[in-house]
Amino acid sequence: MERPKRILVACGTAIATSTVVAKGIEEALKERGIKITTRQCKASEVKSLVSDADLVVTTTPVPSDLGVPVIQTLAFLTGIGREAVIEEIIEKLKE
Amino acid sequence: MSNAILELLNPLCVVVDGNFNSSTSVITAIGEKLFTQGYVKDTFIQAAIERELVLPTGLPLAGGINAAIPHTEIEHVIKPGLGMAILKDSINFQNMVSPTDSVAVNLVFLLALDKPKAQIEMLQEVASVLQDPQLVSNLVSQETAEGVINCFKNSKK
Repeated sequence: MERPKRILVACGTAIATSTVVAKGIEEALKERGIKITTRQCKASEVKSLVSDADLVVTTTPVPSDLGVPVIQTLAFLTGIGREAVIEEIIEKLKE
Repeated sequence: MSNAILELLNPLCVVVDGNFNSSTSVITAIGEKLFTQGYVKDTFIQAAIERELVLPTGLPLAGGINAAIPHTEIEHVIKPGLGMAILKDSINFQNMVSPTDSVAVNLVFLLALDKPKAQIEMLQEVASVLQDPQLVSNLVSQETAEGVINCFKNSKK
């Protein structure tokens, strides 16, 4: 069985917005039957944690040379473009 | 009903009559209320201001009335709470995902979080408020803290 894809969810402090984003991603992908795990971190920690991740989703800027796809989005907070971002997450996880 | 917000939002920590000239002055005004009511330490305001400068929290919203959700590290918090400001005249915050862009903000939630990944219901409720243009519009038209509380009580979510 294929292991669940791992998504690193980053924000400034790793306590507020990444909590909402991680929950939003988990619920959206569960509805679609896609198994993933999430881990929250601060934007400043992304570089040291990215080796364990298949995708980074962040609400604040992160370095661009991470070696995995990065999606910067406020959609899970504001609702704007939410469906499009979920599709983008699914696409990136297939890569 | 926004139950988790109502549990954490003290009416005495809602600023409706402020006259501000910067995001720093808004955070200071709400932070002083949270401090007076015993939610945060005396280091909280400065920490939240400094964090906002480096990692801003402005959020452009669907209805065109925008919000900001300043917060800071848990070590500055005594117990979880929520403060708010309704800004009659918008104040510029920087965009969370794109910090070089300004966002004209009329609604501010100052979050006092004391544990990582805690208060998730409140955070999710805040996000669902932000995703409800009618509720955002109702909130920013309020002139009293009681009016703000009633908006949450009367909201359907």
